[in-house]
Amino acid sequence: MRYSAMRVLLEGLTGNRGWKPVWRDPEPKPQYDVVIVGGGGHGLATAYYLAKQFGQQNIAVLEKGWIGSGNVGRNTTIIRSNYLLPGNEPFYEFSLKLWEGLEQDFNYNAMVSQRSILNLIHSDPQRDAFARRANAMLLAGADAELVDAAQLRRELPFLDFDNARFPIRGGLFQRRGGTVRHDAVAWGYARGADSLGVDIIQNCEVTGFNIDNGICRGVETTRGNIRAGKTAVCVAGSSSRVMALAGMRLPIESHVLQAFVTEGLKPLLPGVITFGAGHFYVSQSDKGGLVFGGDIDGYNSYAQRGNLPVVEDVCEGGMAIMPMIGRARLLRSWGGIMDMSMDGSPFIDKTHIDGLYFNGGWCYGGFKATPASGYCYAHLLAKDTPHPTATEYRLDRFARGHLIDEKGQGAQPNLH
Amino acid sequence: MIINHPLLGPRDAAEFVYLGDASLIDRPDWQDPLAAEKFHDYLYLRDNPVGNHRELWYHEQGDRSWLVVTRNTLTHEIIKVELATDVARKRGRSR
Repeated sequence: MRYSAMRVLLEGLTGNRGWKPVWRDPEPKPQYDVVIVGGGGHGLATAYYLAKQFGQQNIAVLEKGWIGSGNVGRNTTIIRSNYLLPGNEPFYEFSLKLWEGLEQDFNYNAMVSQRSILNLIHSDPQRDAFARRANAMLLAGADAELVDAAQLRRELPFLDFDNARFPIRGGLFQRRGGTVRHDAVAWGYARGADSLGVDIIQNCEVTGFNIDNGICRGVETTRGNIRAGKTAVCVAGSSSRVMALAGMRLPIESHVLQAFVTEGLKPLLPGVITFGAGHFYVSQSDKGGLVFGGDIDGYNSYAQRGNLPVVEDVCEGGMAIMPMIGRARLLRSWGGIMDMSMDGSPFIDKTHIDGLYFNGGWCYGGFKATPASGYCYAHLLAKDTPHPTATEYRLDRFARGHLIDEKGQGAQPNLH
Repeated sequence: MIINHPLLGPRDAAEFVYLGDASLIDRPDWQDPLAAEKFHDYLYLRDNPVGNHRELWYHEQGDRSWLVVTRNTLTHEIIKVELATDVARKRGRSR
């Protein structure tokens, strides 16, 4: 069923009785060409692009819980491509371009809103660093705009420009950045993939891999064994747990990242704003709540909840740039589990086991990468060569010394 | 989280800095013929288990001791706290 204004009008006049479930609930078949483990945003996007762009048929997505129950429904919905390093920036810019055409592509309202993202500058050295980043962005075909404090005062008068400790000296805008309705991304990709014949199998947990002489032949699940030509793992947050079933140790630790939303307020923030002297980012959802977050808690965790010291730290970051946030009441907070990799960058690669592929290590930047992650993973699965924008996301990059460390922190996952 | 320091008693986890898996105590021998591979695994690969996890915490805002904390990664419950020097000595790592 295609969505259109005419359809909404007709259904409205006939009591909305014609709407159908947007994806089927099929029984797993005994064999598929490609089995994607993990029905999050990335797994669904992979299935969608495999079917649509790479002409693959006979694909299944296996999801332990239900569609939208994991990190795709737990993030702060920001999209951007303001990275520095050549291994990252072309990939994220590819992702942003896919976001720009996504709703028309999969005929679903994902509420893609390019309301801009602003990184605040608090010192002269930081301005130099952001000028360098802006140039790297421009070289990769992205947009970037360095602005001074006078312009920011006109655009965002409520910021605490004369803060004694962290005065605001300017900012780096990416006007094409913004936010997307995260649940709608999962639903849109699920509907798109389903309509192309992909079987989305929920409540189906993978409990093992059938590996025979170094070749992965399929998976064991709570709903029976499924044979697969190619098995594509895409379970960021739980990557270490799942790949341990195949006997692999990964350059990944799992950490919890918290997010927060306030009560609904009148329109206040025009775009996404990030603090440059600490870790804090905030935007306003279309329902009016201020959605914000900051650092990960910093210790290994599989609990989808965090602790209070980080709540305090995040709120202090907010108070430092916009003190009026102190008047808003916190409505909800929640946590999600991140694959924190050893250099802060992800993986889209084959493994040493034939037929077994791995996508993970997204740290806390997975949401914005959803379309490109799916597209590049589908490219790898269909052609067995990496997509041109994802050639650096190899599992062996640490052994080769080709790390993609945006922050320059080294092999310390909780600092990325 | 409250970490029950073996010398100082219960202390807030916010006083500590987290390093990671306690297997980082077991630094490979640099003269091993396979040293390059072993250092790669030592530095970059982690077990990252669900459930009990032995990990290194540094009491930066306290007595600057290194602790080995056994903690459940699913419930955040702290099960055991040892001085890292004691753990290292038992493994023959420390003088």
